[in-house]
Amino acid sequence: MTDTKETKETKAAKETKETLVVNPIDCTGHGVCAELLPELISADEWGYPIVDPRPVPPQLDREARRAVAACPALALKLMRR
Amino acid sequence: MTTTVNEPAARQTAAAALPRLLPAAPEDLRAHLARYGPTPYRGQTGLLIGDLEASGLTGRGGAGFPVYRKLAIVAQARGRKVVVANGAESEPASRKDEVLLRAAPNLVLDGLQLAAEATGATEAHLYTHHGATPEILRALAERAAAGLDPVTVTITQAPPRFLAGQESALVNRLGGGPARPTFQPPRVTEHGLHGAPTLVQNVETLAHIALIARYGPRWFRAVGTSAEPGSMLTTVYQPDGKCRVIETEIGAPLNTLLTSAPQAQAWLVGGYHGTWLPLPQAAALTLDNGTLRKYGAAVGAGVLAALPSDRCGLAEAARVVRYLAAESAGQCGPCLNGLPRIAAALAELAGPRPRRQVRADVERWVGPQSLVEGRGACHHPDGTVRFVRSALTVFAPELSRHEKGQCSATNHRPFLPLPDGIPTSEDDWT
Repeated sequence: MTDTKETKETKAAKETKETLVVNPIDCTGHGVCAELLPELISADEWGYPIVDPRPVPPQLDREARRAVAACPALALKLMRR
Repeated sequence: MTTTVNEPAARQTAAAALPRLLPAAPEDLRAHLARYGPTPYRGQTGLLIGDLEASGLTGRGGAGFPVYRKLAIVAQARGRKVVVANGAESEPASRKDEVLLRAAPNLVLDGLQLAAEATGATEAHLYTHHGATPEILRALAERAAAGLDPVTVTITQAPPRFLAGQESALVNRLGGGPARPTFQPPRVTEHGLHGAPTLVQNVETLAHIALIARYGPRWFRAVGTSAEPGSMLTTVYQPDGKCRVIETEIGAPLNTLLTSAPQAQAWLVGGYHGTWLPLPQAAALTLDNGTLRKYGAAVGAGVLAALPSDRCGLAEAARVVRYLAAESAGQCGPCLNGLPRIAAALAELAGPRPRRQVRADVERWVGPQSLVEGRGACHHPDGTVRFVRSALTVFAPELSRHEKGQCSATNHRPFLPLPDGIPTSEDDWT
């Protein structure tokens, strides 16, 4: 599957179905995700992320992918519902 | 409170006679065969699943998931498959699985073999609580000697930890690792022991399967409610401290399970991940999720405790939560950080004149916007929050007394059962 073969519509439709999920076992509370994506992720009083359970809006797609890639514990994932 | 208990006429049929699972005395293989005959195999993968769907049987380990669905998922998978009888019973207040494994071990083992046939599994395990009962070991040996079972059963003991019976923890333990939960998905039905699709069923569930395979779904549905058919084993703590394992129909009025005189102030329904309900109101409820759900409670694995009026509910709750905090697997931040703080806060609320700040803290951790609930890989934080939240509601009058430096308890002996020593070592998960 390459991006070029998909129309913009189908790609956007897929993106809206993706949600951010934290694997709480892998997560070590670095807090990078909450810093990079404060619109969808906040840190609790112990530094662990509280993630917005709603689908990632298309305008935040890039930031969400950046946060996923930046997680030092590889605990943050984008999952299709 | 209106209930959906069956009409009296239906109860009088032979099919409705209880107990179904527990014979008067433990039955060895010969007695079991005399009563039930041989294991009623269907001769083909999947055939039993329709009967299980029609029966409405749900898992008796606590989660109450429809049994046929788990079997269907594993049956549809290809390759090597595994079935597991879960008798870990790692909830310290529950005794029903141990009693069942003593009294009717062959019913459980019949169910395990039938589940293996129905799913096409070629590997079977029995996961028992710490210190397996001699009856189940004898039953396994007798069946092996008689060459009865198509699938060999491997026995593994669970470590005495609260989470040891959780499905993914069980799979980890059977795989040779520590009995700690993992993050799901994938579910163990898709990716379980050594990657094989794995069916995990509570031992009581398997015993029901063995009976449904013999007598059919209509027989099974002759007791219970239409939405939650059948009978279930309960572990009931009377206010005098006596504990009894009682098989009862689902939907039975809670007050029929209370047999002794001393006055009780509240029911704990569903064990240490369960919900406190105040008396006398709770006595009018029935033992089914349809009714209990309206009050934030669930049947769970059938642990019911009537707290006597002479005890302090806050002190009891604080003891249990201290245990639950120590039983966190320590893997997820919100559980690792939240549970010990909740436990410390409850200990203060259970004493005289707790600071005001403590109530605000607890509210933040277990209130509607809980910082702990729903944030673990398993349901340990959720169950603990449910227990604490309901304790603070039901024992609110007691909390007001504590704030004035008073306590209504006249008896300070612990009531709810907990293991003797709280494990402190990191290494006792195997």
